[in-house]
Amino acid sequence: MAVLTASSGTDSSPAKASGRAGALHRSVQRNLTAHGFLIGAVLCFALFSWYPMVREVIISFQKQKAGKTTWVGLHNLNQIVNDPSFWPAWRNTAEFTGLALLLGFGLPFVVAVFMNELRHARGYLRVLVYLPVMLPPVSSLVLFKDLYNPNYGLINRILQLLHLPTSGWLQSPHMAMLAVVIASTWMNMGSATLIYLAALQNVPGDLYEAAELDGAGLLSRIWHVTIPQTRLILSLMLMLQIVATMQVFVEPFVLTNGGQGVDGSTTTVVYLIYQYAFNFSNYGAACALGLLLLLCLAGFSVLYIRLNRRTEA
Amino acid sequence: MSDTRTLINPAQLNRTVYRVVLVLAVTAFTLAFLGPLYLLVTDGLKSTAEAIQTPPTFYPHHLEPSNYSDAWNRLNIAQLLLNTLWYAFGALAFQLVLDVAAAYSLSKLRPVLGNVVLGMMLATLMIPAMVLVVPQYLTVLDLPLVHLNLLNSPWAIWLPSVANAFNIYLLKRFFDSVPQELLDSASMDGAGPMRTLLSIVLPMSWPIIAVLSVFALVNVWKDFLWPLLAEPDPTKQTLNAGIYSLSLGVPENVLIAAAAISAIPTVLFFLIFQRNIMSGLTAGSLKG
Repeated sequence: MAVLTASSGTDSSPAKASGRAGALHRSVQRNLTAHGFLIGAVLCFALFSWYPMVREVIISFQKQKAGKTTWVGLHNLNQIVNDPSFWPAWRNTAEFTGLALLLGFGLPFVVAVFMNELRHARGYLRVLVYLPVMLPPVSSLVLFKDLYNPNYGLINRILQLLHLPTSGWLQSPHMAMLAVVIASTWMNMGSATLIYLAALQNVPGDLYEAAELDGAGLLSRIWHVTIPQTRLILSLMLMLQIVATMQVFVEPFVLTNGGQGVDGSTTTVVYLIYQYAFNFSNYGAACALGLLLLLCLAGFSVLYIRLNRRTEA
Repeated sequence: MSDTRTLINPAQLNRTVYRVVLVLAVTAFTLAFLGPLYLLVTDGLKSTAEAIQTPPTFYPHHLEPSNYSDAWNRLNIAQLLLNTLWYAFGALAFQLVLDVAAAYSLSKLRPVLGNVVLGMMLATLMIPAMVLVVPQYLTVLDLPLVHLNLLNSPWAIWLPSVANAFNIYLLKRFFDSVPQELLDSASMDGAGPMRTLLSIVLPMSWPIIAVLSVFALVNVWKDFLWPLLAEPDPTKQTLNAGIYSLSLGVPENVLIAAAAISAIPTVLFFLIFQRNIMSGLTAGSLKG
């Protein structure tokens, strides 16, 4: 088509004009078709992503009472900050994120480095590690809730048989969060492990060889070869995991009867949002708290990009 | 396995030590990851008294397979399973049709403002899902302009699943790698954009379509909060959310039997498609 228009350029002017009109017509037609292909997805994005994003901001400055919506400025923010659960929820979320990073970020890497050294059974181990990721989360959590039971749960029984101290687990305010993190790590570590394993297979073998010739021991090889070589994927996963764990919901929700635990010991920020919105129908407060969480997570992303840029420069 | 050099020099490795470590590793992994699954199946076979007895038992002393049929009936699992399949395959169909069409348009048809649309779609990846749950719920309650209430209808799961920027991104990148000459020659032969998509682009895109399909199904299957909110009617829920909402007042052993039943389809699905699933996972995240 483009060839035809170009060759018509040498013709007399009326033909040129009609060619230009034709090109315009074709361009409109092409755009109409292209937008036709696009419209379905765009409508879904508009309704269920873009519009809710705008609404999130608007609602956080509004109050709904008896069907009437009024602008209340920072009233919602004031209300959530003065809620006695506000700071404990942030502390719990930070505690969960910290523990989940220790276990959920460190363990998959260690497991992947270890699995990468094995010459046998790697396929079997990969399937095993990934299996829990495929289970419906509620199935795993119902089971863990049973295993954690201080009286008839098997975890305490195994600890007893090994002569180790037992615990109240989910029913103890100190241990509840750790119990949630352990269950969550079991359920989710498979994907990170496989991603690291794939990254480790791209580490060139001669680097290890060279390090060994220089007399580097095992730990030193991990520190100076393995980690720098997988740094990009490690830092990306760290950032993704911080964002994901700070939004944790289903694990504490199912394990600790609606996400509070003893003395609110497992109440997280997201659970507080859920409570405002769906227990008290206080959408203004829920959206205001959501906005705070969004800002906090956006802060991590900015920090990540900054740090990455600095190390690349 | 591959013979490439890793952390430890295979020539220096003591054979016996390696064997012992291997056996220990396989045992530990099996205990850690299959152990809980074993308990999931067997705890559901215990009697109610045995399930809450102290000290607990490691295997059921009195088999009670009736727990499974009890769970099936009391938690209405047939209905929940049907719902989940209906939502999952519906979401898959909508995502395949609408997201593939959109990515094709953005990649090959390149409409005016296409890059702005793409940018706005990718921007949604930055917004944490949990932050948007509340306004999304309010939107589903009262759809703007048309004022429809989608609560308790499958549309409340199907349509939001299409707004998946990750799908668009992966598909567009894959379509970008389809050579333009191929499309030009197709259009020379008089094929319209739809014909080109169906008979040239799609047949080349099976690997990426397979990956997205698996994740589309798994996402619906594993989602919890959204189906809980969007389908409050217990007869309309998915397995994952339904077992939770119906769990009150159900004895421990029956509940665990229900959890085991709901795990079976995903375990089978995984064992059948494990190669695609695991390679898709690393392809999507490493290169994506």
